[in-house]
Amino acid sequence: MLSYQFDWSIITSGKYFEWLVSGLVLTLQISTVGIIFSFIIGLLIAVMRMSYFRPVRWFAHAYLEFFRNTPLLVQIFFWYFGSYKLLPTVANDWLNNNNFEFAAAVIALTIYTSAFIAEDIRSGVLSIPKEQLEAARSAGFSYLAAMQYIILPQAVRITVPPLVNQFLNLAKNSSLAMTIGVAELTYQARQVESYSFKGFEAFTAATLVYLVLSIIITALVHQYNVRILNPHRA
Amino acid sequence: MIKFQGVNKWFKQLHVLKDIDLQIKQGEVVVVCGPSGSGKSTLIRTINQLEPIEQGSLVVDGFDLSCKKTDINKLRAEVGFVFQQFNLYPHLSTINNITLAPTKIRNTPKKEAEEQAMILLERVGLANKRDSFPSQLSGGQQQRVAIARALAMKPRIMLFDEPTSALDPEMIGEVLAVMQDLAKSGMTMGCVTHEMGFAREVADRVVFMDHGVILEEADPEEFFLNPQHDRAKQFLKQLLSPMH
Repeated sequence: MLSYQFDWSIITSGKYFEWLVSGLVLTLQISTVGIIFSFIIGLLIAVMRMSYFRPVRWFAHAYLEFFRNTPLLVQIFFWYFGSYKLLPTVANDWLNNNNFEFAAAVIALTIYTSAFIAEDIRSGVLSIPKEQLEAARSAGFSYLAAMQYIILPQAVRITVPPLVNQFLNLAKNSSLAMTIGVAELTYQARQVESYSFKGFEAFTAATLVYLVLSIIITALVHQYNVRILNPHRA
Repeated sequence: MIKFQGVNKWFKQLHVLKDIDLQIKQGEVVVVCGPSGSGKSTLIRTINQLEPIEQGSLVVDGFDLSCKKTDINKLRAEVGFVFQQFNLYPHLSTINNITLAPTKIRNTPKKEAEEQAMILLERVGLANKRDSFPSQLSGGQQQRVAIARALAMKPRIMLFDEPTSALDPEMIGEVLAVMQDLAKSGMTMGCVTHEMGFAREVADRVVFMDHGVILEEADPEEFFLNPQHDRAKQFLKQLLSPMH
């Protein structure tokens, strides 16, 4: 009944191994760029969401609702196919010659994830006692400087666990980039399966690599938190 | 240095400061006391606009607080404020708590700010705690760091809002000693406190408030020996023998 022949050697060396490695490299690139920019944009949107200036607050609110409440896959398609219709031909040609798939995937993932990160950071800020802002303002810090030096550093420390979740989601969601032809890890596993019919081995390998990647991200953030952010609690 | 003229303030319906007239001269130490809810904390907090005023005129060190154009951050840099709950920055070590404002607001070079911070820590008796974090300090130590932090901006005025009320009794003395030392150095000070021993020894004047009104303003000796107002008499009696 079970006539499937396992052959693990095809994914541990040779052509297919190289495909998987090149997929992993791309996944790492997407995740790294995405994590860095989604954090920066998330921080920015969180501060804008709490601004005293109403239009800025509304813009941030609209941004959050829009990108949180639409599917990531639709957003990826939007950036990739939708932007074609809006941009001039010259721009499109240039983009096509410069790995537009990769850029579209990174932009979509970054913006999508930044909306969640912004909300996590905002709830972190709200949990800081208001006396901290008062102490900072009474020393002569402006609202933004107080945010920068006193409130956000504390809020981010509190926000580390949910931030790890968002970073992991981003790394895993990068697999959706295959739908627009980015040859990342999932795409390559699929290729291996198509060429070799060894689907079990190919996707087992991909699964294990994602697992290890996630564990590494968690460990890195944890180390940063313990060593740099909270040295006195270590 | 500080001049209130006909100042009024409301929290929604509640009239918390009523027609306040008060003057604090340079180098003077004024203690504000009164029962809870009397408006004494609100009064002290209006001086650096942690609470804005709604009516009247308030001029602090040349800054007109009833004028919207006044650069409030500039004024606040000249006025040190010490809170009941210390409010140290928990993510920063003692030394960084003290150097943050001078380096970021006054652009003092880091090294110079640290040298000044060490002089201040010496003064409040905590030089050995430079690298401790607030969570590792006792309440009294935290409050002394908070005073050093405020002094690091070289303020022209120091305000204290019940600085010893959150402290265990055995730690009150160490904080009052620092405040007394500061008063002797000629600092202009406004203190909300119930420490009548401190008021007696250090204050130039005592202001007694109730229900948002200044009921008495007197020399400490006179206020303690011969309070004019019934409400003040009652308050002092309560304070001296709370059991009755």
